[in-house]
Amino acid sequence: MSWRVVADTDLCQGHQMCQGEAPDVFGFDEDADQVTVLAEHPDDSLRPQVEAAVRYCPAMALAIESGPVEEEQ
Amino acid sequence: MSNVSSGGFEARSARTSTTDTVVEVRGAPATSLETSVPEVSYAVPDDGYGHLAEMRVDPIGLFERVRAECGDIGRFRLADKDVVLVFGAEAQEQFFRAPDSTLDQAAAYPFMTPIFGKGVVFDASPEERQQMLKNQALRGDMMRGHAATIEAEINRMVAEWGDEGEIDLLDWFAELTIYTTSACLIGKPFREELDARFAHEYHELERGTDALAYVDPYMDIESFRRRDAARERLVELVQGIIDRRVARGTVPKEERDLLDVLISIEMSADYITGIFISMMFAGHHTSSGTASWALIELMRHPEQMKDVVAELDDLYADGADVSFQALRSIPRLEAALKETLRLHPPLIILMRVVQEQIELAGHAIPPGTVVAASPRVSNRIASDFPDPDSFDPGRYVDPRQEDLQNRWTWIPFGAGKHRCVGNAFAMMQMKAIFSVILRDYEFEMAQPSETYRDDVSKMVIQLQQPCRVRYRRRQK
Repeated sequence: MSWRVVADTDLCQGHQMCQGEAPDVFGFDEDADQVTVLAEHPDDSLRPQVEAAVRYCPAMALAIESGPVEEEQ
Repeated sequence: MSNVSSGGFEARSARTSTTDTVVEVRGAPATSLETSVPEVSYAVPDDGYGHLAEMRVDPIGLFERVRAECGDIGRFRLADKDVVLVFGAEAQEQFFRAPDSTLDQAAAYPFMTPIFGKGVVFDASPEERQQMLKNQALRGDMMRGHAATIEAEINRMVAEWGDEGEIDLLDWFAELTIYTTSACLIGKPFREELDARFAHEYHELERGTDALAYVDPYMDIESFRRRDAARERLVELVQGIIDRRVARGTVPKEERDLLDVLISIEMSADYITGIFISMMFAGHHTSSGTASWALIELMRHPEQMKDVVAELDDLYADGADVSFQALRSIPRLEAALKETLRLHPPLIILMRVVQEQIELAGHAIPPGTVVAASPRVSNRIASDFPDPDSFDPGRYVDPRQEDLQNRWTWIPFGAGKHRCVGNAFAMMQMKAIFSVILRDYEFEMAQPSETYRDDVSKMVIQLQQPCRVRYRRRQK
Protein backbone atom coordinates (compact mmCIF):
# COMPACT_ATOMS: atom_id res chain seq x y z
CA MET A 1 0.00 0.00 0.00
CA SER A 2 1.36 3.42 -0.84
CA TRP A 3 1.70 6.02 1.84
CA ARG A 4 2.29 9.72 2.02
CA VAL A 5 4.11 11.94 4.54
CA VAL A 6 2.15 14.98 5.67
CA ALA A 7 3.40 17.94 7.73
CA ASP A 8 0.99 20.53 9.11
CA THR A 9 3.01 23.74 9.10
CA ASP A 10 0.29 25.51 11.09
CA LEU A 11 1.25 23.25 13.97
CA CYS A 12 5.03 22.90 13.51
CA GLN A 13 6.94 24.63 16.34
CA GLY A 14 10.38 24.14 14.82
CA HIS A 15 11.75 21.54 17.26
CA GLN A 16 13.53 19.75 14.40
CA MET A 17 13.20 16.34 16.05
CA CYS A 18 11.98 14.81 12.78
CA GLN A 19 15.26 15.61 11.09
CA GLY A 20 17.00 13.47 13.65
CA GLU A 21 14.56 10.59 13.23
CA ALA A 22 14.28 10.61 9.43
CA PRO A 23 16.90 12.92 7.90
CA ASP A 24 16.15 11.82 4.33
CA VAL A 25 12.48 12.66 4.62
CA PHE A 26 12.38 15.87 6.65
CA GLY A 27 14.25 19.10 6.12
CA PHE A 28 14.00 22.52 7.70
CA ASP A 29 13.23 25.92 6.25
CA GLU A 30 15.47 28.21 8.33
CA ASP A 31 13.66 31.38 7.22
CA ALA A 32 10.18 30.13 7.95
CA ASP A 33 11.46 28.16 10.97
CA GLN A 34 9.42 25.20 9.86
CA VAL A 35 9.64 21.64 8.69
CA THR A 36 9.78 20.82 5.00
CA VAL A 37 8.93 17.42 3.57
CA LEU A 38 11.82 16.35 1.34
CA ALA A 39 10.23 13.10 0.23
CA GLU A 40 6.47 12.88 0.19
CA HIS A 41 6.53 9.24 -0.95
CA PRO A 42 9.65 7.77 0.65
CA ASP A 43 10.82 4.24 0.12
CA ASP A 44 9.15 1.60 2.33
CA SER A 45 12.48 0.95 4.01
CA LEU A 46 12.22 4.43 5.59
CA ARG A 47 8.80 3.78 7.07
CA PRO A 48 10.04 2.92 10.61
CA GLN A 49 12.04 6.16 10.70
CA VAL A 50 9.03 8.19 9.58
CA GLU A 51 6.80 6.45 12.13
CA ALA A 52 9.26 7.41 14.86
CA ALA A 53 9.27 11.01 13.62
CA VAL A 54 5.47 11.09 13.72
CA ARG A 55 5.39 9.56 17.20
CA TYR A 56 8.01 11.85 18.72
CA CYS A 57 7.07 15.13 17.02
CA PRO A 58 6.59 17.45 20.05
CA ALA A 59 4.03 19.49 18.12
CA MET A 60 2.09 16.49 16.76
CA ALA A 61 2.44 18.14 13.38
CA LEU A 62 3.31 15.05 11.32
CA ALA A 63 1.22 12.22 9.94
CA ILE A 64 1.34 9.30 7.56
CA GLU A 65 -1.59 9.10 5.20
CA SER A 66 -2.48 5.97 3.29
CA GLY A 67 -2.39 6.28 -0.46
CA PRO A 68 -5.21 5.74 -2.95
CA VAL A 69 -7.00 2.43 -2.67
CA GLU A 70 -6.32 1.30 -6.26
CA GLU A 71 -2.60 1.13 -5.51
CA GLU A 72 -3.26 -1.56 -2.97
CA GLN A 73 -4.05 -4.13 -5.65
CA MET B 1 -25.47 39.13 31.77
CA SER B 2 -27.35 38.01 34.82
CA ASN B 3 -26.01 36.07 37.73
CA VAL B 4 -29.28 34.26 38.17
CA SER B 5 -28.74 30.55 38.34
CA SER B 6 -30.44 28.33 35.83
CA GLY B 7 -31.33 24.80 36.75
CA GLY B 8 -30.33 21.71 34.83
CA PHE B 9 -33.68 21.56 33.14
CA GLU B 10 -33.44 25.10 31.83
CA ALA B 11 -29.94 24.45 30.60
CA ARG B 12 -31.10 21.41 28.75
CA SER B 13 -34.10 23.08 27.19
CA ALA B 14 -31.92 25.97 26.10
CA ARG B 15 -29.76 23.48 24.26
CA THR B 16 -32.67 21.88 22.47
CA SER B 17 -33.65 25.24 21.10
CA THR B 18 -30.12 26.11 19.95
CA THR B 19 -29.98 23.20 17.56
CA ASP B 20 -32.73 24.92 15.58
CA THR B 21 -31.29 28.40 15.77
CA VAL B 22 -27.71 27.64 14.79
CA VAL B 23 -28.17 29.19 11.36
CA GLU B 24 -29.47 32.45 12.82
CA VAL B 25 -26.76 32.51 15.45
CA ARG B 26 -23.94 32.24 12.93
CA GLY B 27 -22.41 35.67 12.56
CA ALA B 28 -25.06 37.10 14.85
CA PRO B 29 -24.35 40.21 16.93
CA ALA B 30 -22.34 39.87 20.12
CA THR B 31 -25.38 39.73 22.38
CA SER B 32 -26.42 36.23 21.34
CA LEU B 33 -24.40 34.18 23.83
CA GLU B 34 -27.10 33.85 26.47
CA THR B 35 -29.66 32.55 24.04
CA SER B 36 -27.33 30.44 21.94
CA VAL B 37 -24.95 28.62 24.28
CA PRO B 38 -26.65 26.63 27.06
CA GLU B 39 -25.62 27.31 30.65
CA VAL B 40 -24.85 24.48 33.03
CA SER B 41 -26.88 23.95 36.20
CA TYR B 42 -25.68 24.75 39.72
CA ALA B 43 -24.42 22.06 42.11
CA VAL B 44 -23.04 24.60 44.59
CA PRO B 45 -25.25 27.65 45.21
CA ASP B 46 -24.32 30.84 43.37
CA ASP B 47 -22.75 33.18 45.95
CA GLY B 48 -22.84 36.11 43.56
CA TYR B 49 -19.94 34.92 41.43
CA GLY B 50 -21.77 32.31 39.39
CA HIS B 51 -20.08 28.91 39.31
CA LEU B 52 -16.93 30.18 41.00
CA ALA B 53 -17.97 28.59 44.30
CA GLU B 54 -18.09 25.18 42.59
CA MET B 55 -14.79 25.84 40.79
CA ARG B 56 -13.19 26.15 44.23
CA VAL B 57 -14.42 22.77 45.49
CA ASP B 58 -15.14 20.49 42.53
CA PRO B 59 -14.00 21.91 39.18
CA ILE B 60 -13.87 18.49 37.51
CA GLY B 61 -17.49 17.79 38.51
CA LEU B 62 -18.44 21.15 37.03
CA PHE B 63 -16.70 20.53 33.69
CA GLU B 64 -18.13 17.00 33.46
CA ARG B 65 -21.61 18.35 34.10
CA VAL B 66 -21.22 20.96 31.36
CA ARG B 67 -20.63 18.13 28.89
CA ALA B 68 -23.38 15.92 30.30
CA GLU B 69 -25.99 18.66 30.26
CA CYS B 70 -24.93 20.82 27.32
CA GLY B 71 -23.11 18.52 24.88
CA ASP B 72 -20.20 19.76 22.78
CA ILE B 73 -20.57 23.38 23.85
CA GLY B 74 -21.85 24.84 27.09
CA ARG B 75 -21.04 27.62 29.48
CA PHE B 76 -20.61 28.43 33.12
CA ARG B 77 -20.10 31.71 34.96
CA LEU B 78 -16.89 32.79 36.60
CA ALA B 79 -17.42 36.10 38.40
CA ASP B 80 -18.26 38.60 35.65
CA LYS B 81 -17.14 36.32 32.82
CA ASP B 82 -18.88 33.71 30.75
CA VAL B 83 -16.71 30.65 30.21
CA VAL B 84 -17.67 28.68 27.11
CA LEU B 85 -16.37 25.12 27.33
CA VAL B 86 -16.07 23.05 24.16
CA PHE B 87 -15.68 19.29 23.73
CA GLY B 88 -15.06 16.88 20.89
CA ALA B 89 -12.48 16.81 18.10
CA GLU B 90 -14.20 19.30 15.82
CA ALA B 91 -14.81 22.12 18.31
CA GLN B 92 -11.49 21.54 20.09
CA GLU B 93 -9.61 21.71 16.79
CA GLN B 94 -11.26 25.09 16.11
CA PHE B 95 -10.30 26.18 19.62
CA PHE B 96 -6.67 25.03 19.43
CA ARG B 97 -6.07 26.25 15.88
CA ALA B 98 -7.38 29.77 16.46
CA PRO B 99 -4.64 32.39 16.07
CA ASP B 100 -3.52 34.55 19.01
CA SER B 101 -5.17 37.54 17.38
CA THR B 102 -8.50 35.75 17.88
CA LEU B 103 -7.94 33.98 21.20
CA ASP B 104 -5.63 35.48 23.81
CA GLN B 105 -4.05 33.23 26.38
CA ALA B 106 -2.50 35.63 28.90
CA ALA B 107 -5.70 37.46 29.81
CA ALA B 108 -7.40 34.16 30.68
CA TYR B 109 -5.18 33.48 33.69
CA PRO B 110 -5.42 36.51 36.01
CA PHE B 111 -4.18 34.40 38.94
CA MET B 112 -0.71 34.31 37.38
CA THR B 113 -0.08 38.07 37.33
CA PRO B 114 0.73 38.52 41.06
CA ILE B 115 2.95 35.42 40.94
CA PHE B 116 5.11 36.56 38.04
CA GLY B 117 4.89 40.24 39.00
CA LYS B 118 3.61 43.08 36.90
CA GLY B 119 5.27 43.45 33.53
CA VAL B 120 6.52 39.87 33.34
CA VAL B 121 4.80 38.13 30.47
CA PHE B 122 2.66 35.08 31.10
CA ASP B 123 3.38 33.35 27.85
CA ALA B 124 5.20 34.24 24.70
CA SER B 125 3.51 34.37 21.31
CA PRO B 126 4.02 31.32 19.09
CA GLU B 127 6.66 33.30 17.17
CA GLU B 128 8.53 34.21 20.36
CA ARG B 129 8.23 30.64 21.59
CA GLN B 130 9.83 29.44 18.39
CA GLN B 131 12.60 31.96 18.82
CA MET B 132 13.13 30.72 22.38
CA LEU B 133 13.35 27.17 21.10
CA LYS B 134 15.92 28.18 18.56
CA ASN B 135 18.11 30.12 20.92
CA GLN B 136 17.66 28.63 24.28
CA ALA B 137 17.30 25.81 26.64
CA LEU B 138 14.57 23.71 25.04
CA ARG B 139 16.34 23.18 21.75
CA GLY B 140 16.57 19.59 20.60
CA ASP B 141 20.36 19.53 20.60
CA MET B 142 20.46 20.81 24.21
CA MET B 143 18.54 17.76 25.41
CA ARG B 144 21.57 15.53 25.81
CA GLY B 145 23.09 17.97 28.29
CA HIS B 146 19.77 18.35 30.11
CA ALA B 147 19.43 14.58 30.38
CA ALA B 148 22.84 14.36 32.06
CA THR B 149 21.97 17.26 34.38
CA ILE B 150 18.69 15.65 35.37
CA GLU B 151 20.30 12.28 36.01
CA ALA B 152 22.85 13.96 38.29
CA GLU B 153 20.11 15.79 40.21
CA ILE B 154 18.12 12.59 40.77
CA ASN B 155 21.23 10.72 41.90
CA ARG B 156 22.00 13.51 44.33
CA MET B 157 18.60 13.30 45.99
CA VAL B 158 18.47 9.50 45.96
CA ALA B 159 21.93 9.38 47.52
CA GLU B 160 20.31 10.37 50.83
CA TRP B 161 17.83 7.50 50.73
CA GLY B 162 19.76 4.61 52.20
CA ASP B 163 18.39 1.08 51.89
CA GLU B 164 14.81 1.80 52.86
CA GLY B 165 12.53 4.55 54.00
CA GLU B 166 9.54 6.69 53.22
CA ILE B 167 9.01 9.84 51.18
CA ASP B 168 6.16 12.25 50.66
CA LEU B 169 5.60 12.30 46.90
CA LEU B 170 4.63 15.96 46.71
CA ASP B 171 7.55 17.22 48.81
CA TRP B 172 10.09 14.97 47.13
CA PHE B 173 9.19 15.49 43.48
CA ALA B 174 8.48 19.21 43.97
CA GLU B 175 11.99 19.66 45.37
CA LEU B 176 13.61 17.51 42.67
CA THR B 177 11.88 19.40 39.87
CA ILE B 178 12.94 22.76 41.36
CA TYR B 179 16.54 21.59 40.96
CA THR B 180 16.09 20.11 37.49
CA THR B 181 14.14 23.03 36.00
CA SER B 182 16.46 25.65 37.51
CA ALA B 183 19.61 23.79 36.45
CA CYS B 184 18.40 23.19 32.88
CA LEU B 185 16.53 26.42 32.18
CA ILE B 186 18.47 29.01 34.19
CA GLY B 187 21.87 27.46 34.80
CA LYS B 188 23.84 25.19 37.08
CA PRO B 189 25.56 27.97 39.09
CA PHE B 190 22.11 29.36 39.99
CA ARG B 191 20.80 25.91 40.90
CA GLU B 192 23.77 25.42 43.27
CA GLU B 193 22.50 28.37 45.31
CA LEU B 194 19.12 26.72 45.89
CA ASP B 195 17.94 24.42 48.65
CA ALA B 196 14.63 23.15 50.02
CA ARG B 197 13.71 26.69 51.13
CA PHE B 198 13.35 27.79 47.52
CA ALA B 199 11.16 24.77 46.75
CA HIS B 200 9.01 25.56 49.79
CA GLU B 201 8.43 29.19 48.82
CA TYR B 202 7.78 28.17 45.23
CA HIS B 203 5.11 25.78 46.42
CA GLU B 204 3.44 28.63 48.31
CA LEU B 205 3.19 30.53 45.02
CA GLU B 206 1.50 27.58 43.37
CA ARG B 207 -0.91 27.36 46.30
CA GLY B 208 -1.77 31.02 45.75
CA THR B 209 -3.87 30.29 42.68
CA ASP B 210 -7.34 30.39 44.19
CA ALA B 211 -10.04 30.92 41.55
CA LEU B 212 -11.13 33.99 43.51
CA ALA B 213 -8.45 35.70 41.42
CA TYR B 214 -11.17 35.91 38.76
CA VAL B 215 -12.90 38.38 41.07
CA ASP B 216 -9.75 40.14 42.31
CA PRO B 217 -6.24 38.65 42.21
CA TYR B 218 -5.29 40.89 45.16
CA MET B 219 -8.28 40.05 47.36
CA ASP B 220 -7.43 39.91 51.08
CA ILE B 221 -7.52 36.14 51.61
CA GLU B 222 -5.10 33.73 53.28
CA SER B 223 -4.03 32.04 50.03
CA PHE B 224 -3.07 35.35 48.40
CA ARG B 225 -1.36 36.73 51.53
CA ARG B 226 0.85 33.64 51.69
CA ARG B 227 1.50 33.88 47.95
CA ASP B 228 2.69 37.49 48.25
CA ALA B 229 4.82 36.76 51.34
CA ALA B 230 6.42 33.81 49.54
CA ARG B 231 7.20 35.94 46.51
CA GLU B 232 8.88 38.53 48.74
CA ARG B 233 11.03 35.84 50.32
CA LEU B 234 11.96 34.51 46.88
CA VAL B 235 13.03 38.00 45.84
CA GLU B 236 15.18 38.16 49.02
CA LEU B 237 16.77 34.80 48.19
CA VAL B 238 17.52 35.95 44.65
CA GLN B 239 18.80 39.31 45.95
CA GLY B 240 21.21 37.39 48.19
CA ILE B 241 22.46 35.39 45.21
CA ILE B 242 22.85 38.58 43.16
CA ASP B 243 24.80 40.24 45.99
CA ARG B 244 27.20 37.29 46.16
CA ARG B 245 27.66 37.37 42.38
CA VAL B 246 28.41 41.08 42.44
CA ALA B 247 30.87 40.68 45.34
CA ARG B 248 32.57 37.79 43.55
CA GLY B 249 33.13 39.86 40.41
CA THR B 250 33.19 38.63 36.83
CA VAL B 251 33.97 35.03 35.95
CA PRO B 252 35.02 33.45 32.63
CA LYS B 253 32.25 33.27 30.05
CA GLU B 254 31.82 29.50 30.30
CA GLU B 255 31.05 29.77 34.03
CA ARG B 256 28.27 32.33 33.57
CA ASP B 257 24.57 31.57 33.53
CA LEU B 258 21.40 33.48 32.72
CA LEU B 259 21.52 35.27 36.09
CA ASP B 260 24.89 36.85 35.23
CA VAL B 261 23.43 38.09 31.96
CA LEU B 262 20.42 39.65 33.67
CA ILE B 263 22.60 41.26 36.37
CA SER B 264 24.83 42.73 33.66
CA ILE B 265 21.88 44.56 32.12
CA GLU B 266 20.99 45.91 35.58
CA MET B 267 17.63 44.27 36.06
CA SER B 268 16.18 44.48 39.58
CA ALA B 269 16.03 41.42 41.85
CA ASP B 270 12.25 41.72 41.77
CA TYR B 271 12.11 41.57 37.97
CA ILE B 272 14.72 38.81 37.70
CA THR B 273 12.79 36.77 40.26
CA GLY B 274 9.65 37.27 38.18
CA ILE B 275 11.39 36.03 35.06
CA PHE B 276 12.77 32.97 36.85
CA ILE B 277 9.41 32.17 38.43
CA SER B 278 7.74 32.36 35.03
CA MET B 279 10.43 30.29 33.31
CA MET B 280 10.12 27.54 35.88
CA PHE B 281 6.37 27.65 36.36
CA ALA B 282 5.20 25.69 33.34
CA GLY B 283 7.69 22.91 33.97
CA HIS B 284 7.47 22.60 37.71
CA HIS B 285 4.13 21.56 39.18
CA THR B 286 3.35 19.77 35.92
CA SER B 287 6.44 17.54 36.01
CA SER B 288 6.24 17.06 39.75
CA GLY B 289 2.60 15.97 39.60
CA THR B 290 3.12 13.69 36.62
CA ALA B 291 6.06 11.89 38.25
CA SER B 292 4.00 11.37 41.41
CA TRP B 293 0.96 10.07 39.57
CA ALA B 294 3.02 7.79 37.35
CA LEU B 295 4.52 6.15 40.43
CA ILE B 296 1.10 5.85 42.07
CA GLU B 297 -0.46 4.29 38.96
CA LEU B 298 2.42 1.84 38.60
CA MET B 299 2.08 0.84 42.27
CA ARG B 300 -1.66 0.38 41.73
CA HIS B 301 -0.96 -1.84 38.71
CA PRO B 302 1.78 -4.30 39.69
CA GLU B 303 1.66 -6.08 36.30
CA GLN B 304 2.44 -2.84 34.50
CA MET B 305 5.12 -2.04 37.06
CA LYS B 306 6.69 -5.44 36.42
CA ASP B 307 6.70 -4.84 32.65
CA VAL B 308 8.26 -1.41 32.98
CA VAL B 309 10.93 -2.61 35.43
CA ALA B 310 11.75 -5.56 33.14
CA GLU B 311 12.06 -3.20 30.18
CA LEU B 312 14.41 -0.92 32.10
CA ASP B 313 16.50 -3.81 33.46
CA ASP B 314 16.90 -5.02 29.92
CA LEU B 315 17.86 -1.61 28.57
CA TYR B 316 20.40 -0.92 31.29
CA ALA B 317 21.77 -4.46 31.55
CA ASP B 318 24.88 -3.49 29.61
CA GLY B 319 25.48 -0.41 31.73
CA ALA B 320 24.01 2.15 29.31
CA ASP B 321 23.89 5.75 30.50
CA VAL B 322 20.55 7.07 31.70
CA SER B 323 21.30 10.38 30.00
CA PHE B 324 21.74 8.55 26.70
CA GLN B 325 18.78 6.23 27.06
CA ALA B 326 16.31 8.86 28.30
CA LEU B 327 16.50 10.50 24.88
CA ARG B 328 15.67 7.26 23.15
CA SER B 329 12.65 5.08 22.84
CA ILE B 330 11.55 3.28 26.05
CA PRO B 331 8.17 2.08 24.74
CA ARG B 332 6.54 0.54 27.84
CA LEU B 333 7.62 3.33 30.16
CA GLU B 334 6.52 5.93 27.60
CA ALA B 335 3.12 4.26 27.30
CA ALA B 336 2.73 4.22 31.10
CA LEU B 337 3.66 7.91 31.25
CA LYS B 338 1.23 8.82 28.47
CA GLU B 339 -1.52 6.91 30.22
CA THR B 340 -0.72 8.73 33.47
CA LEU B 341 -0.93 12.05 31.63
CA ARG B 342 -4.25 11.08 30.06
CA LEU B 343 -5.83 10.22 33.41
CA HIS B 344 -4.12 12.96 35.44
CA PRO B 345 -3.41 15.92 33.16
CA PRO B 346 -1.60 18.55 35.26
CA LEU B 347 -3.84 21.27 33.84
CA ILE B 348 -7.52 20.41 33.98
CA ILE B 349 -8.70 23.41 31.98
CA LEU B 350 -7.07 25.49 29.22
CA MET B 351 -8.51 28.95 28.68
CA ARG B 352 -8.36 31.84 26.20
CA VAL B 353 -10.11 35.20 26.00
CA VAL B 354 -11.90 35.92 22.71
CA GLN B 355 -10.41 38.98 20.97
CA GLU B 356 -12.31 38.78 17.71
CA GLN B 357 -15.63 36.99 17.33
CA ILE B 358 -15.03 33.31 16.73
CA GLU B 359 -17.31 30.49 15.69
CA LEU B 360 -17.14 27.36 17.83
CA ALA B 361 -19.41 24.35 17.33
CA GLY B 362 -21.72 26.49 15.21
CA HIS B 363 -22.04 29.28 17.76
CA ALA B 364 -20.71 32.80 17.36
CA ILE B 365 -18.73 33.67 20.48
CA PRO B 366 -18.35 37.41 21.11
CA PRO B 367 -15.15 39.21 22.21
CA GLY B 368 -14.56 39.26 25.97
CA THR B 369 -15.89 35.74 26.47
CA VAL B 370 -13.56 33.15 27.96
CA VAL B 371 -13.45 29.97 25.88
CA ALA B 372 -11.93 26.78 27.20
CA ALA B 373 -11.18 23.10 26.71
CA SER B 374 -10.79 20.61 29.54
CA PRO B 375 -7.98 18.05 29.20
CA ARG B 376 -9.34 16.22 32.24
CA VAL B 377 -12.75 15.65 30.64
CA SER B 378 -11.58 15.32 27.03
CA ASN B 379 -8.98 12.67 27.85
CA ARG B 380 -11.71 10.44 29.31
CA ILE B 381 -14.35 10.61 26.59
CA ALA B 382 -15.34 7.00 25.99
CA SER B 383 -15.89 7.28 22.23
CA ASP B 384 -12.23 8.18 21.78
CA PHE B 385 -10.78 6.26 24.73
CA PRO B 386 -12.67 3.01 25.35
CA ASP B 387 -13.02 2.10 29.03
CA PRO B 388 -11.80 5.63 29.74
CA ASP B 389 -11.19 5.37 33.49
CA SER B 390 -8.95 2.33 33.29
CA PHE B 391 -5.16 2.61 33.32
CA ASP B 392 -4.23 0.87 30.09
CA PRO B 393 -0.81 1.70 28.60
CA GLY B 394 -1.71 -0.68 25.75
CA ARG B 395 -3.63 2.22 24.21
CA TYR B 396 -0.44 3.66 22.80
CA VAL B 397 0.84 0.51 21.16
CA ASP B 398 0.39 -0.06 17.41
CA PRO B 399 -2.12 -0.07 15.90
CA ARG B 400 -4.26 1.61 18.55
CA GLN B 401 -2.10 4.71 19.07
CA GLU B 402 -4.92 6.48 20.83
CA ASP B 403 -2.83 9.62 21.29
CA LEU B 404 -2.00 10.05 17.59
CA GLN B 405 -5.48 8.93 16.53
CA ASN B 406 -7.07 11.59 18.73
CA ARG B 407 -4.82 14.60 18.22
CA TRP B 408 -7.50 17.11 19.18
CA THR B 409 -8.97 15.20 22.14
CA TRP B 410 -5.89 13.50 23.69
CA ILE B 411 -4.71 16.78 25.13
CA PRO B 412 -2.58 16.47 28.29
CA PHE B 413 -0.13 18.90 26.62
CA GLY B 414 -2.84 20.93 24.92
CA ALA B 415 -2.76 21.02 21.13
CA GLY B 416 -2.13 23.33 18.21
CA LYS B 417 0.29 26.24 18.17
CA HIS B 418 0.31 26.55 21.94
CA ARG B 419 0.91 22.85 22.52
CA CYS B 420 3.33 22.60 25.46
CA VAL B 421 6.68 23.58 24.01
CA GLY B 422 8.41 21.65 26.80
CA ASN B 423 6.75 18.30 26.22
CA ALA B 424 9.85 16.58 24.79
CA PHE B 425 11.86 17.91 27.73
CA ALA B 426 9.18 16.71 30.13
CA MET B 427 9.05 13.20 28.67
CA MET B 428 12.84 12.96 28.74
CA GLN B 429 12.85 14.07 32.38
CA MET B 430 10.22 11.46 33.31
CA LYS B 431 12.18 8.73 31.53
CA ALA B 432 15.34 9.75 33.37
CA ILE B 433 13.59 9.83 36.77
CA PHE B 434 12.02 6.40 36.39
CA SER B 435 15.16 4.90 34.88
CA VAL B 436 17.07 5.82 38.04
CA ILE B 437 14.53 5.14 40.76
CA LEU B 438 13.11 1.89 39.34
CA ARG B 439 16.57 0.53 38.62
CA ASP B 440 17.69 0.78 42.22
CA TYR B 441 14.51 0.73 44.29
CA GLU B 442 11.12 -0.89 44.61
CA PHE B 443 8.11 0.98 45.92
CA GLU B 444 4.94 0.30 47.84
CA MET B 445 2.06 2.40 48.98
CA ALA B 446 2.29 3.60 52.56
CA GLN B 447 -1.41 4.44 52.70
CA PRO B 448 -4.63 3.06 51.17
CA SER B 449 -4.62 3.32 47.36
CA GLU B 450 -7.74 5.49 47.14
CA THR B 451 -6.28 8.10 49.51
CA TYR B 452 -3.87 9.33 46.83
CA ARG B 453 -5.82 12.14 45.26
CA ASP B 454 -5.48 15.66 43.92
CA ASP B 455 -6.25 18.79 45.87
CA VAL B 456 -8.34 20.68 43.30
CA SER B 457 -9.16 23.69 45.45
CA LYS B 458 -6.68 25.89 43.56
CA MET B 459 -6.23 26.52 39.85
CA VAL B 460 -2.86 24.80 40.11
CA ILE B 461 -3.81 21.35 41.27
CA GLN B 462 -1.39 19.40 43.45
CA LEU B 463 -1.32 16.05 45.12
CA GLN B 464 -3.11 16.16 48.44
CA GLN B 465 -0.94 15.40 51.45
CA PRO B 466 -0.28 12.97 52.99
CA CYS B 467 0.87 11.07 49.90
CA ARG B 468 3.51 8.80 51.36
CA VAL B 469 5.36 5.98 49.66
CA ARG B 470 7.81 3.38 51.00
CA TYR B 471 10.94 2.48 49.11
CA ARG B 472 13.40 -0.38 49.53
CA ARG B 473 16.66 -0.98 47.68
CA ARG B 474 16.32 -3.79 45.17
CA GLN B 475 18.18 -7.04 45.75
CA LYS B 476 19.86 -7.91 42.50
